[in-house]
Amino acid sequence: MKKIIKFVIIDILRNKIVLTYTIFLLITSLSVFNLEDNTAKGLLSLLNLILFIVPLVSIIFSTIYIYNSSEFIELLVSQPLERKNIWLSLFFGLAGSMVLAFFIGAGIPILIYEASSTGIMMLIIGCIITIIFVAIAFLTTVNTRDKAKGIGTAILLWLYFALLFDGLVLFILFQFSDYPLEKVVVFISALNPIDLGRILILLRLDVSALMGYTGAVFKDFFGTSLGMAIAFITLLLWCIIPVGWSVIKFKKKDL
Amino acid sequence: MITISNITKKFGKLVALDDVSINCNSTECIALIGPNGSGKTTLIKSILGMVVPDNGSILFNNKNIAHDWKYRKHIGYMPQIGKYPENMSIGQIFDMMKSIRKDDSISLDEELFTEFGLDKLLDKRMGTLSGGTRQKVSACLAFLFNPDILILDEPTAGLDPLASEILKEKISKEKTKGKLILITSHILSELDDLVTHIIFMQDGKLKFHKPFEALRSETGEQKLSKAIANIMLKTAH
Repeated sequence: MKKIIKFVIIDILRNKIVLTYTIFLLITSLSVFNLEDNTAKGLLSLLNLILFIVPLVSIIFSTIYIYNSSEFIELLVSQPLERKNIWLSLFFGLAGSMVLAFFIGAGIPILIYEASSTGIMMLIIGCIITIIFVAIAFLTTVNTRDKAKGIGTAILLWLYFALLFDGLVLFILFQFSDYPLEKVVVFISALNPIDLGRILILLRLDVSALMGYTGAVFKDFFGTSLGMAIAFITLLLWCIIPVGWSVIKFKKKDL
Repeated sequence: MITISNITKKFGKLVALDDVSINCNSTECIALIGPNGSGKTTLIKSILGMVVPDNGSILFNNKNIAHDWKYRKHIGYMPQIGKYPENMSIGQIFDMMKSIRKDDSISLDEELFTEFGLDKLLDKRMGTLSGGTRQKVSACLAFLFNPDILILDEPTAGLDPLASEILKEKISKEKTKGKLILITSHILSELDDLVTHIIFMQDGKLKFHKPFEALRSETGEQKLSKAIANIMLKTAH
């Protein structure tokens, strides 16, 4: 398993895209911190950027990478290797390199300018979001043989998580504004890892006061250590479930 | 050695394998023959575990291969169209395969590797190789780990006459070592002096599986191509 991970990582590092992504993140985070005199503000701007771009790059790059590795996968499957190991090695290699790119690109500036618990929290959430979207990419690719369809699905999924989901939540909130929905919203937010990450960080910044009554409910729930634990477990489930499901599917896949 | 019982595989509506049962033993050199789309490659891929049959079971040395993967270290497989990561060089492919499959009990067989002259091409990227050179890489990989079973899917397609002669020499050499060899080919004339058994498939069904000698005496033909043509004519009428 280690050998395959090594080959995947070497292959990805040779690919210029991940390097470009790292440099892009590095330049943006450095400039964001330098533009704002208040590092908390800088962190907030960076948060919005990270929650938008990190999922996009993670899911699209991984999807295309897995499709392009079909030859590699086919070669390995006919060898004395367990299918589960092949698939998981590919996952760990890909997720590992994306997390590394994020850590160098965004993590180092965060640690330089804002090495507070909030900054570290953002770093952790960025890494988890990267892993989640790589995992979702694995689930999409294992389900469709057609490359164009698979990449299309990946883009739609990103649109859903990054944009559509919030719209839907707002729509529900307005439609049912006569009912006490605050508790339901806490539950709904768990259905989108990006939102969950955003809430967890916003609550640690002062701006959570701007979120009104819902913000207060969030603070009541996610502010406690139990709420935090539940939120992190939910994020971990968002990593494990797509990968686990894709492993089950990959074991039965015809190549 | 390999016991295939009642396997069926459908791709959508297409029935690629229809209730196929075959028993193969070591020292046999089997030609897998049939028209295009008769399920030869699907059968081979099922044995390798690359295709998962809908029904039936495949036993390797009396062990079901369904949840096993270790059995594949006894198999050398040469695919019909060798697909390799485009941006890896020949040397890297070989290093990777060796690091995956090598253990101390295996002695590497690099005879084909030197005979094909691949040692001079180690730095070439797979993406830049011609079809024939890719086939050479596939062939070398199939023989490299001295497997007990060789599965060769259209081994000589795309090879130049010299290379295909080298490969045939190698196959008959391995045959004398008592290995089980499974070959599919459409060039029947090259199978004449190699094979001991014939499997004939049509429309995903196993038509027959018998020793070459029996087929010769049945049809009265010495050449495999003539014998098969004879059979196909009979079934067509």
